[in-house]
Amino acid sequence: MRTVTVVGASLAGLYAARELRAQGFDGRLVIVGEEAHRPYDRPPLSKDFLTGRADEEQLALADPEEEAELDAEWLLGTRAQGLDARGRTLLLENGRTLVTDGLVIATGASARRLPGTDGLAGVHTLRTLDDARALRAALSGGGLRVVVIGSGFIGAETASSCASLGHEVTVVEAAPLPLLPQLGPEMAAVCAALHRRGGTELITGTGVARLHGQGSVTAVELADGRRLPADLVVVGIGAVPNTGWLAGSTLLLSDGVLCNDGCVTEHPQVVAVGDVARVGGLRAEHWTSATEQPAVAVRNLLAGRTVDSGRPLPYFWSDQYGARIQFAGRRREGDDVRVVEGSTAEGGFLCRYEREGRTTAVLAVDRPRPFMRARRELSSAQPPDRPLPFRPVRAESLAPVPEPG
Amino acid sequence: MIPVCRLEDLPVGESVRIDTTPPIAVFNADGTLYAIDDTCSHQDASLSEGWLEGCLVECPLHAASFDLRSGRPTCLPARRSVRTHEVVVEDGVIHVRPAVREGTAA
Ligand SMILES: Cc1cc2nc3c(=O)[nH]c(=O)nc-3n(C[C@H](O)[C@H](O)[C@H](O)COP(=O)(O)OP(=O)(O)OC[C@H]3O[C@@H](n4cnc5c(N)ncnc54)[C@H](O)[C@@H]3O)c2cc1C
Ligand code: FES
Repeated sequence: MRTVTVVGASLAGLYAARELRAQGFDGRLVIVGEEAHRPYDRPPLSKDFLTGRADEEQLALADPEEEAELDAEWLLGTRAQGLDARGRTLLLENGRTLVTDGLVIATGASARRLPGTDGLAGVHTLRTLDDARALRAALSGGGLRVVVIGSGFIGAETASSCASLGHEVTVVEAAPLPLLPQLGPEMAAVCAALHRRGGTELITGTGVARLHGQGSVTAVELADGRRLPADLVVVGIGAVPNTGWLAGSTLLLSDGVLCNDGCVTEHPQVVAVGDVARVGGLRAEHWTSATEQPAVAVRNLLAGRTVDSGRPLPYFWSDQYGARIQFAGRRREGDDVRVVEGSTAEGGFLCRYEREGRTTAVLAVDRPRPFMRARRELSSAQPPDRPLPFRPVRAESLAPVPEPG
Repeated sequence: MIPVCRLEDLPVGESVRIDTTPPIAVFNADGTLYAIDDTCSHQDASLSEGWLEGCLVECPLHAASFDLRSGRPTCLPARRSVRTHEVVVEDGVIHVRPAVREGTAA
């Protein structure tokens, strides 16, 4: 393999480039990234960066020395627009083509927007550094009426940051509770309480009908007819994987790039990692998956076939209203929940999700030490990683994906 | 020198955080005592709550690992060292002598 191209110059793309070099690839390495910025870390965007506690240089994922060591050709500010049927020729935005022997797809996801709000000032999403810069500037005044639509992790963190900056914040969530699919009803209720404790109003069980305003937003109208006055609206209703540029290729796309447990697509010389990858039927939108998948993906890419498969334990964290939430494992509908340390009323706790006497997942709020122990136990209780024989991915064997919205 | 706790109150494999500015974490790694800055150089986690294995402590948030002897990270995502501090035991009490701020950070 003489040339390997990484498309997507963010977390998973950078980790893939590092792995390529660490695993001995000494050929030509090209990194194509749509954003003009050097790789930066997204989690602080909704937390310390928004509140002004962290600055741009603290977001950088690599220092100039390391970038030099990678010895890569960086094509930043350049969007990949297409991939030929054999997965060997990339079409770039500026009309150039790039022929490559190996390809790592790491194009991540984009914030989902609220239809019909383009061009309305005061309506923000939060996914990129540019988004965060704009939002941070808009929030600098203080005393705004902010409505956050969606109470997932990004919505909740943004609401918490806005509240700490002294704004009046209302969160609107269509589901009966925030984070219901991730945490289940008992613990979702605990997270709902965080909003109230943090001084944010939480309205659940009703969607948004439309936004009002001419030129710039003035109010959010809810599906039940209520009207919330708003100076600023943050839309946090999830993200869609960036696969649009792969239309016309022969890769299987369905809520992400389909790949096997080893991040390998239909073509052994094309792998996918991070938020854009649907690995073994699952797509994770977590920092840890984006940093763990590249090692396996690159091993398989360099071997030319699937020799390794990873099934790392899913893990994510979130910081809201001064509380640190950590979750690891695979919770399923109907698992029992048991608080094993502390109490959900105050001061933090650790709880286990259980099924047939076995722990499936653990959740902690402000209990890092016992969480870490529990997370380790969980991951060592997993079946050991073994190289699986190559299993081709088949779109029809996967569960249908619900339509967004 | 800052008193930390009695030697017997910090058994092997345990760690304790002291609320200096910035806070310091003291570890008993297989019988040897080490002190380093408590806040991970990556983001905002407390290393005294990390996973101790030999001379290495793993950050509880994103799993960067630090060598207690040097304060150097041994893996990503941390890239900067944390400061190390001198530990002294006097009359059965553990003390930390914080490093001077300037010039000691690696
Ligand atoms: C505000 C925010 C807070 C978060 N907080 C947490 C948290 O607390 N905990 C946690 O576990 N996770 C968190 N996450 C999730 C985590 O940041 C993501 O899982 C991670 O960034 C995924 O990395 P990635 O490289 O796969 O994708 P991305 O980071 O989305 O990067 C993809 C890159 O590819 C580029 N790209 C897209 N299409 C093309 C193309 N056609 N050509 C070239 N380049 C292209 C994009 O511009 C982008 O730079 C957060 C995310 C956000 C946005
Ligand atoms: S805060 Fe320690 S590794 Fe990120």
